[in-house]
Amino acid sequence: MEHAEILHRCFRCGYCKLPGSYQDLNCPSYLQYRFETYSPGGRMWLLRAWLDEEIPTSARLQEILFSCTACGNCVEHCVFPKFKADVLNAITAGRGELVNEGSVPRRVSDFFKAIHLYGNPYKLPEADRGAWAKGLGLEPYRGQEYLFFAGCAGSYDERGRKMARAVAGLLQDRGVSFGILGALERCDGNEVRAMGEAGLFEEIARHNIAKFLDAGVVKIITLSPHAYHAIRNYYPRFNGIFQVLHYSQVLARMMSKGKDQGADTPLTVTFHDPCYLGRHNQDYLTPRMVLAALPGVELAEMDRARVDALCCGGGGGNFFTDLLGSGPDSSSRVRVREAAATGAQVLAVACPKCAKMLEDAVKAEALESALRVMDLAELVQARSV
Amino acid sequence: MEEIYRELVKIVGERFVSNQPEERFLYSRDPGTMEPHAPDWVVMPNTTEEVQKIVRLANRQKIPLVPMGGGLVLSGLSRPLQGGMVLDMKRMNRILEVNEASSYVVVEAGASQGMLQAYLKKHHPRLKHSIPDAPPIATIGGNVLIHGSGHLSAAGGFHSEMLNGLEVVLPTGEVARIGSCSASPYWFSRSPLPDLAGLFLGWHGTTGVVTKLAIKLFPARPWNDVGIFVIEDPELAPDIIRRLARVQVAEDILAWMSPKPDWAKGFQMINIAYGAETKAELTLKRDLIRESVRPYLERKVGGFMPLPPDMKVRFLEAPQSTLAVFADVNKGGGFEYVGAIMPVELFAPAFRKGLEIAESRKVPYSLGARIVGLAHCMMFFYAYAFNRADQADVRRAQTALEDTNAMVLEMGGIPWKAETPAQKQIIKKMDPNTFALMNRLRAVLDPQGIMNPGNWEA
Amino acid sequence: MSELKYDQKICTKCEKIDCLTRCQHIALDLEEARQEWMKILAGRDSRVLHECLTCYACEEYCPYHNHPFYLIVDRQEELSAWPVPVPLTKQQIAMMAPKGQIVAQKVSAPVINLCSFPMLAGSIQGKLFAGASIIGGNDLFCNIMWLHFAKNSVIRERLPKVINNLMDYYLKVSGVDELICFHDECFGTYTQLAPAFGIEVPFKPIHLFEYLTKKLTELKKEIRPINAKVAYQRPCSNRLVPETQHWVDEIFKLIGAIRPAREYEGENALCCGMVVQAAQRDDRADAIQKRNLDDMAAVGARYCVFNCPMCFMTLKGMVAERGMTPILISDLCRIALGEGFWG
Ligand SMILES: Cc1cc2nc3c(=O)[nH]c(=O)nc-3n(C[C@H](O)[C@H](O)[C@H](O)COP(=O)(O)OP(=O)(O)OC[C@H]3O[C@@H](n4cnc5c(N)ncnc54)[C@H](O)[C@@H]3O)c2cc1C
Ligand code: SF4
Ligand code: SF4
Repeated sequence: MEHAEILHRCFRCGYCKLPGSYQDLNCPSYLQYRFETYSPGGRMWLLRAWLDEEIPTSARLQEILFSCTACGNCVEHCVFPKFKADVLNAITAGRGELVNEGSVPRRVSDFFKAIHLYGNPYKLPEADRGAWAKGLGLEPYRGQEYLFFAGCAGSYDERGRKMARAVAGLLQDRGVSFGILGALERCDGNEVRAMGEAGLFEEIARHNIAKFLDAGVVKIITLSPHAYHAIRNYYPRFNGIFQVLHYSQVLARMMSKGKDQGADTPLTVTFHDPCYLGRHNQDYLTPRMVLAALPGVELAEMDRARVDALCCGGGGGNFFTDLLGSGPDSSSRVRVREAAATGAQVLAVACPKCAKMLEDAVKAEALESALRVMDLAELVQARSV
Repeated sequence: MEEIYRELVKIVGERFVSNQPEERFLYSRDPGTMEPHAPDWVVMPNTTEEVQKIVRLANRQKIPLVPMGGGLVLSGLSRPLQGGMVLDMKRMNRILEVNEASSYVVVEAGASQGMLQAYLKKHHPRLKHSIPDAPPIATIGGNVLIHGSGHLSAAGGFHSEMLNGLEVVLPTGEVARIGSCSASPYWFSRSPLPDLAGLFLGWHGTTGVVTKLAIKLFPARPWNDVGIFVIEDPELAPDIIRRLARVQVAEDILAWMSPKPDWAKGFQMINIAYGAETKAELTLKRDLIRESVRPYLERKVGGFMPLPPDMKVRFLEAPQSTLAVFADVNKGGGFEYVGAIMPVELFAPAFRKGLEIAESRKVPYSLGARIVGLAHCMMFFYAYAFNRADQADVRRAQTALEDTNAMVLEMGGIPWKAETPAQKQIIKKMDPNTFALMNRLRAVLDPQGIMNPGNWEA
Repeated sequence: MSELKYDQKICTKCEKIDCLTRCQHIALDLEEARQEWMKILAGRDSRVLHECLTCYACEEYCPYHNHPFYLIVDRQEELSAWPVPVPLTKQQIAMMAPKGQIVAQKVSAPVINLCSFPMLAGSIQGKLFAGASIIGGNDLFCNIMWLHFAKNSVIRERLPKVINNLMDYYLKVSGVDELICFHDECFGTYTQLAPAFGIEVPFKPIHLFEYLTKKLTELKKEIRPINAKVAYQRPCSNRLVPETQHWVDEIFKLIGAIRPAREYEGENALCCGMVVQAAQRDDRADAIQKRNLDDMAAVGARYCVFNCPMCFMTLKGMVAERGMTPILISDLCRIALGEGFWG
C-alpha cells in the first residue's frame, strides 16, 4: 500500500483530532463516533494492523475508513512535520486497498457504480446535466474565455442547482465571458479519488481532459471547490493543464474594483471555509474579500475558521454515502450551532455540498428563523440593486 | 458475553459500545512499549448515572473495568490486563462551572486539557490552569489522578495538589463527593475535612471512576517571557534550581538535556517561564530571577541564553507540541519515559546514570526535569524513542526503561505512573504496612476486585 | 597562529587614547585610560577587559587604525576574562560550527553571500536581485561574532577555512571574483578583520550598500519615493568599515527616505543590546535600547531600517511597540520599487 511506511510512525498523540486552538473535536468522524478507531491516528494504526493481518477485513473497518470526510484537519494539525502531509493520503490509500479487494460498504460501491454507469452519483441521465441552466440564456462553451464547470451537485442537487444558477447568473451580469458544457459535462471525479478508486478517477479525469481540450478550453471556473481541487492538483498528472479558478476567486476580482454597489442595510455574516478551498488549497482570503466588498456586511468569524474550520461533513464521499451519519454530534449540526453562536444572520458558504449539508443541519437544529445558509454568489446577488 | 453487550447498549446506546475487533485492537495498547491486552468491550458513558449503571453491571458480573481518559500515560495503565471493559471517559467532557472569584473550575473528568485551555482563553482570559505538556486531548481527570505536573507546577505543585474536590463513582456503584463540595455548593478546597481524595490519587483507576473534579486556576498574565539558563556541570543544577525556584517568580521550571541538536549536547538547559501584568513587572521579575543566580554569572559558569523574542516563542508554547515529535527521531513512531519523582539534590546522579543507561542500551534519549513547587522535588524524565515496527527495538527501549526504573528506585526516587512491572518494584521497596493498608482500603472499596486489576498488585 | 597586525609603538606615543576615553560604556578620564591601556599593552589584567561590552567602537575611534579592539579581545582570551559565561560561549561555538554540508555549485555574478542567515533568502527577490546567485549557511559563516566572546582563536581557526570554502565551492569554480556581502559582518571581516589578522582574502568583497546604490541608480525611474523619516540602526560591525556610511545617505536619497539627524548615529551609534544580554548585563542592555529607541521616536521616524539581521531580530518588537516599522534595508528599497517585501 502506498504510504504504508508512515503508518507505524503515527504516535497516536491525537493533535489531529483538534483544531489549532484545541477548543473542540475537529475530525468529523471522531466527533461523531468518539471511538479512538475513528480518529486519524486510529485509522493509521488500524490500517497497519489490517495490513499485518492482525484484524480482519470487516464491515466496521470499511465504515471506519469511509467515514473520513477527507477534510484535511489531520494533515493541518498533525505535529509530525516529516509525515503529516501524507496522513490523509495514507487513509485514501487504505480505502484504495479495500476498493481493490472489493471490500467496500454497499453505499460506496453503489456510488462508484452510479458514476461508472451514469457519469454522476444521482443515477440521472447525462442528457439532463445542463437542465440547471434552463431559462438563464447561458451559452454553450465555444471558445469563450472561461468554461463554467457546474459539477454533479450543481447539475442535479436541488440546493446545488440554485447555487449554480446564482453563480452563473452573477457571472453573466458582470459580463464575464463564459460557456457551459451542459450534457457534455461529467463528474469531476474528486470524490471518486478521495474514496480510493484511483482507476475510475483516472478514467474520469482523462475523459474530462479530452473533452476540455477538444473544446479548446484554457480557463475553467468551477462551482465546487471539490472540482477546483481535482482539476487544479490532479488533472495535471494526466497532462490536463488548465487555469482553474474557484468562482469565489472570480467574484473577488470583479468586486475588488471598489465596494460593490447595492443594499447597505447592516447584515452579520459568518463564513464557513470549504475544506477544498481552504485547507487543501490554502485560500482563506478570497471569500473574505468578497464579503468585505459588500456594503453593510459585517463578518463575524466562528471560533473555528480558516485552518481550523470544522468540515460540514460532506467530504470524502460522505455527501453521497453518508457513512458519517446524522445526529446532534454530526459535524454539520455542530457547525451550524457554532455559526449561530456568532450571532450572524447568514452563514455564507462557497461550496454546493456545504450549502446542502449545512442547510439541512439548520433545519435539524430548528435554527431556520435565526440563520440562513447562503452561498457567496447568492449573497452578492441579494445585496445588489 | 452477548448479554453483557446488550446490557451496555441499554445503558449508553448502541453507538457507544463496541465489542468489535477494531476497537478491541486499538484499546488494547497505548503509544508506549507495553504489550497489548484486549478489552472485551469498549464503553463510552455520557453521564455519572451511566457510569454508575456500568459499574453496577460490572460488579454483578465481576467484570474488570478500566477507566481511560486520553490513554496517553505511555506506561500502559489503561490497557485492560484481564480483559473486561474499557471505559473511554472522553464523552464526559463538559466544563461545568468557573468560579472567577475563588479561581477554580469544575469539569467532567473526560474534559480535555486543550478544551479547557481554549475555553478559559475565550471566556475567562484572566485565568488559566496548569496544563501538562501531554498532547492536548489528554484529560483533566487522567492527569490529576496520576499526580501530573505542568506549566504552573513551580507555582502550584503537582496537579493533584491543585485538586479542590471530586465526584466519584465507587467500585460498588455509589456516587461520593470529596472535598468542600460534599458539604457546600462551592468546590473551593479539600480542607478542612478528612481528605478522602487520597483514596483516588495515584491509584491508577483501581479505586473508582472519577466523574467530576474541580481544580485551581491561576492568573493568566498578558506579559510572558522565558529565560533559558545554561550550564555544563550537572552538579551545579540543584543549587541553581533551588535559587531560581525560591524567588517565587517562576510559573514553570524545566531542565532539559538532549544530544540533539548538536549545540544542546553536553549542556543542561533550564527554562524558567514567568508572567507579569505589565512590562515593567516582567522586567522586574527577570531581574529577580537573574539576581538569584548572580554568583554563577560572576563565576561565568552559567548564563541565560541571549535569545531574540521571536526565538522564545516556541519555548512559551503550552503544551509543547514538539515534545511528541521525539517519537519520530528515527522514524519509529514511539517513545516512552520514566518520570521519576525525586528530590532535586539527586539531579546530577540522576542525569549521569540516565545517560549511562541510554548510551549503553543505545536508545535515542531525551532527559529533563520539571521542578515541582519551590524545588520541593522534581519529576526527572528519561524518554527513550523506539521504532514501533521493529520488535527488537521496542524491546531495547523497554529494557532501558526497566533499567531506569530500577536505577531510580535504587537512588531513592519513585517512578511515577509506573508500568505494572515497575509498580511491583515499588511495592517491593515499600513499607509492608503501607502496602497492607493499600490492600485493605482496596478490599473495602472494591470487594469484587473489578477496578483496573493487575495494577498495584504484588 | 596569525599575529595581530598591531604596532605597540603607536599606542605608547598616543596622546589621546581615543579608544578608551571615547568608550560609550566605561567611564575613564585620560589618565585612567592611559593606565588601563598600558596594562593591556603589557598583557596585564585591566578592568577594561572585564567591563568591555564588545561594541567594536574603539576600533573606529582609534585614529591610527591600530586595532585596539582586536587587542582587547586577544587579551581577554589570554587572561580568560570571558565577557560571556563559558557554557554559552561553548554552546554558540557548537551551534555555529561548520556543518561540512557544502557542495560545489556554479554561481554567476552577482553572488550574494547571506553568511549564516540563509533564512533571509526570501528577502533576495525582485528587480534589485534579478539574476543574482545566493549562497549561505554555516560553512560560509564569517565568524566575526567571536569578537564578542573573547574567542579570536576561533576566528583564526575557522575563517581561513571559510575563505577556502567560498573560493573552492563557489567563486573559483565559477570564475567569479566579487562577493556581495549582505551584512556588515562579512564585509568587515573580509576587508578589515582578515587583513588585521594576517589572513589573505583572494576575492573582492562588495558591500550590500554599494550594490544597492548601483542597482537603485539603474532603476531610478521606477522608484516611488518613500517620503518618510527613517531611522538607521548602525550595527557594531559597521564600526570596522565606517567608509561605507556614505552609501546609506546615497541609498536614502535614491529612495526618497528622509534621514533625520539623530543623537545616536555615526560614531555615536548604539549597539542593539544583544551582545550585552549575552554578557548577562540585561540592565545595561535595557538602558542602551531605551536610549536608542527614545532617540528614534524623538525624531519622528516612521521606519527603523536595519542591515544586521541580529539587530533586526533583537529590536524589531520594541521598534514596532513604539509605532515604527522595523525593516531590513533591502526590503525598504523594494518598497520604494513598489514591490512587496518579505520581512
Ligand atoms: C508528549 C507527552 C508529554 C507529556 N507531558 C506530560 C507533562 O508535562 N505532565 C504530565 O503530568 N504528564 C505528561 N505526559 C503524560 C500523560 O500524557 C499525561 O499525564 C496525561 O494527562 C494523562 O492523562 P490521560 O487522560 O491520557 O490519562 P490516561 O492515560 O487515560 O489515564 C491515566 C490513568 O488514570 C486512570 N484514569 C483516567 N481517567 C480516570 C477517571 N475518570 N477515573 C479514574 N481513573 C481514571 C487510568 O485508568 C490510568 O490508570 C505526557 C505524555 C506525552 C505523550
Ligand atoms: S496523525 Fe499525527 S497528530 Fe495524529 S495521532 Fe498520528 S502522529 Fe499524532
Ligand atoms: S481528513 Fe478529516 S475526517 Fe478524515 S481523518 Fe482527517 S480529520 Fe478526520
